[in-house]
Amino acid sequence: MNLKPQGAGKSILNILRNNTVPIMFIIICSICIPISGFSPAYLLNEILTRLGRNAFLILSLLIPIMAGMGLNFGMTLGAMAGELALIFVSDWQIWGIPGVILAMIVSVPFSVVLGFICGKLLNMAKGREMITSYIISFFINGVYQLIVLYLMGSLIPIKHSSIKLPRGYGIRNTVSLLNMRQCIDNLLAIRIGGVKIPALTLLIIALMCLLIVWFRRTKLGQDMRAVGQDMQVARDAGIQVERTRIISIIISTVLAGFGMILYLQNIGNLSTYSAHSQVGMFCIAALLVGGASVDHASIGNVFLGAVLFHLMFIVAPQAGAKITGDSMIGEYFRVFVSYGVITMALIMYEMKKRRQKASIGEQLALAQREGSRHE
Amino acid sequence: MSQNVPLLEMKNIRKDFFGNQVLTDINLTLQEGEVLGLVGENGAGKSTLMKILFGMNVIQETGGYDGTILLDGQPVDFKTPFEALAAGIGMVHQEFSLIPGFTATENILLNREPKKKSVISAVFGERLDVLNRKEMNRKAEAAIDRMGVKIDGTMVIHDMPVGHKQFTEIARELSKDQLKLLILDEPTAVLTEKEAEALLLSIRSMASRGIAVIFITHRLQEILDVCDKVVVMRDGQIVQDVPAKETGVTEITRWMVGRSVDVAGKAEIRDNPDAPVAMSIRRLWVDMPGETVRDVSLDVREGEILGIGGLAGQGKLGIPNGIMGLYDAGGEVMLRGEKIPLNRPRACLNASMAFVSEDRRGVGLLLDETLEWNIAFPAMQIHDKFLKNYLGGLVKWRDEKAIHDITQRYIDDLAIKCTSSKQKAKELSGGNQQKVCLAKAFALEPGFLFVSEPTRGIDVGAKALVLDALRKFNRESGVTIVMISSELEELRQVCDRIAIVSGGRVAGILPATKPAEEFGLLMVSQVK
Repeated sequence: MNLKPQGAGKSILNILRNNTVPIMFIIICSICIPISGFSPAYLLNEILTRLGRNAFLILSLLIPIMAGMGLNFGMTLGAMAGELALIFVSDWQIWGIPGVILAMIVSVPFSVVLGFICGKLLNMAKGREMITSYIISFFINGVYQLIVLYLMGSLIPIKHSSIKLPRGYGIRNTVSLLNMRQCIDNLLAIRIGGVKIPALTLLIIALMCLLIVWFRRTKLGQDMRAVGQDMQVARDAGIQVERTRIISIIISTVLAGFGMILYLQNIGNLSTYSAHSQVGMFCIAALLVGGASVDHASIGNVFLGAVLFHLMFIVAPQAGAKITGDSMIGEYFRVFVSYGVITMALIMYEMKKRRQKASIGEQLALAQREGSRHE
Repeated sequence: MSQNVPLLEMKNIRKDFFGNQVLTDINLTLQEGEVLGLVGENGAGKSTLMKILFGMNVIQETGGYDGTILLDGQPVDFKTPFEALAAGIGMVHQEFSLIPGFTATENILLNREPKKKSVISAVFGERLDVLNRKEMNRKAEAAIDRMGVKIDGTMVIHDMPVGHKQFTEIARELSKDQLKLLILDEPTAVLTEKEAEALLLSIRSMASRGIAVIFITHRLQEILDVCDKVVVMRDGQIVQDVPAKETGVTEITRWMVGRSVDVAGKAEIRDNPDAPVAMSIRRLWVDMPGETVRDVSLDVREGEILGIGGLAGQGKLGIPNGIMGLYDAGGEVMLRGEKIPLNRPRACLNASMAFVSEDRRGVGLLLDETLEWNIAFPAMQIHDKFLKNYLGGLVKWRDEKAIHDITQRYIDDLAIKCTSSKQKAKELSGGNQQKVCLAKAFALEPGFLFVSEPTRGIDVGAKALVLDALRKFNRESGVTIVMISSELEELRQVCDRIAIVSGGRVAGILPATKPAEEFGLLMVSQVK
């Protein structure tokens, strides 16, 4: 067929168009890496550490996207639940791996309650999940601060003065998690030529990926995909749409809670009032950098995104400092790029929808032309 | 089983929507394995009848129905479609009810997937059962085989041609083991000729397996080809119930459109072939979902009222919506020798065209504003009317008095029932809202007016007033009007000429004086 070469050209163009963001990041990174002058071993080390730190959190975003609820800033609620659990566990002085596991268990009820509230609210704002969940996260942040700043130590018993504010109630700005710092990362860690591979953490992440793959094949996963694509059709087929959506948010919140605990055990301290504040945004930006969109995200997007996003954060400040002589440029860059990527991904999503719509018109015009040729 | 008990019996079914009688004393019987063709114009009550049978929510929400339905001799009263499904009734709707990103197999077994138990699902509940893909494929294949039309179970819906989507829906119904009665609501409307033939064959094979089929279509030849009996509905009543062998297309058409009462007081019809062309439309296509226009060429003569009729979904609504720029369109439209750019509503309005939309609550009215605002707003925006200029036009103030006066004039002229010209538009009844829409268009003093479905959803009295107002506006101001309506009788009362649209193309243009049967034949003709 003579249309083929044109079709092939178009498909390359489509690949480029659909992957603009990852391609852009690959270009930026490949320019910045030589300028920054970091050694490959250093970069690999950093990337593995950050992948272990963040991948779980980013994975928690996948299930709501599958259920058609877009990029879920509600994961911040899970992060808060994880922090609450860590505060309790460090007050109980349970350290090391038992502490991490206990914190995960304690975080579940908090996550479930918060996820349920978030899911209920999002069901009232169908089609506007992203902005609604963003605002909900601010609202729940207020509740979290009330609990941590005023109720803990007064109503909720907190024994240890090391985490309490000197006034007798409220939690200090920073809670030290030194006793559980990197306990999972260091267990079973493998060192190859100066590169530390946190094998257990990566194993946990791999298990999590398997869990998501398995989940997609369950009845619930299938229902979520159906609900995500067409709520009305799913409802007509007898699927409980609202319930399914709430479940997807609860799962995401619980996983985000686990993810936050893994993240903080790697960092080694908890900034009580700000640790969760930008975690949602950075995770979403990372996922988008990996080539995901509002309605489609895969496990591959998670890893590609985490690697590219962090690679840029490692090399860009150094490259920026080398060029401008100002090291602050890095932090500025981080926030600027995150918001920029999210904005761009949202606009591109809308443009894609519009292009699809315009193509129907093209088809009609084409059918007309072909019709007239036959006459 | 005894031959005497029919599979389905509907007795004295009556239904009204808020006092508006849409079904009167419907009696219907259907034997096992029988194919029944149900025909009638839009609004004849076919869909309502099927909605009652299928237990659709809208029936319950509007006060239920009267009469009895017997299935296998047992009285049934379905409150939801799920109850109807459980009792063995399946329905394929006009709009596709498919998940676009799923394969045919996944859609056929949507929410009825065979599953495998596991340890996790034993703990967390059966929704965590893993889908049994092998069994799914087997069941879907079996359903596709029963249908007799080959479709690819692994193909994703949005890559499919429309015909295959239709077959996927049918296969979904066939995959239900309890299926006894299948309702097909215009299944062939989107099919190519070949696909339609395949479907008719598969209907026959379903019937031979004992499944009864109710087949709704506007393609009358299909009814004669495949059905055992034909039921013709008109104005909420069954006017004919005959074996398919004993009738023909012309006869059915006459039953469908023939009115028992002749229309009184028909306006004088002017058919003036020498009048200059006001608007010429060439090769218009419009992407309006559900009302796609494929290839329309049409000349509207100066000073006439041109009616555009046709069955729902054939594209008649797409014509004004496309020309006025509300949906994507292509082709060429000339108004009095000047080219009208498409996809730019403002350009149409500047060219002194006006449009009374069929969607009066969505597009037509500012529901939360007063009548004054509704009537004067477009004229103010587009033609700078009702404005007082100060400082040489730098500051423009609304001329409240002029706005009040014009509103009052239209309230009197069109007999709009309201408490005052300051009442909010949403507080008016449907008929009066429609009159406000007309007043709004009249206040623009257009040179060319599109009116779409002006009498949809309003009662008989208001209908007559609205139609009178339109005719008066045309005859007195000489404004050319194109009126789109699903009701042929209404078009024949008001219009000078009537174009019938079918399959997204103009099937023919006839003077309004021609008998209804001729229009009916055009409506069901498929222009290919």
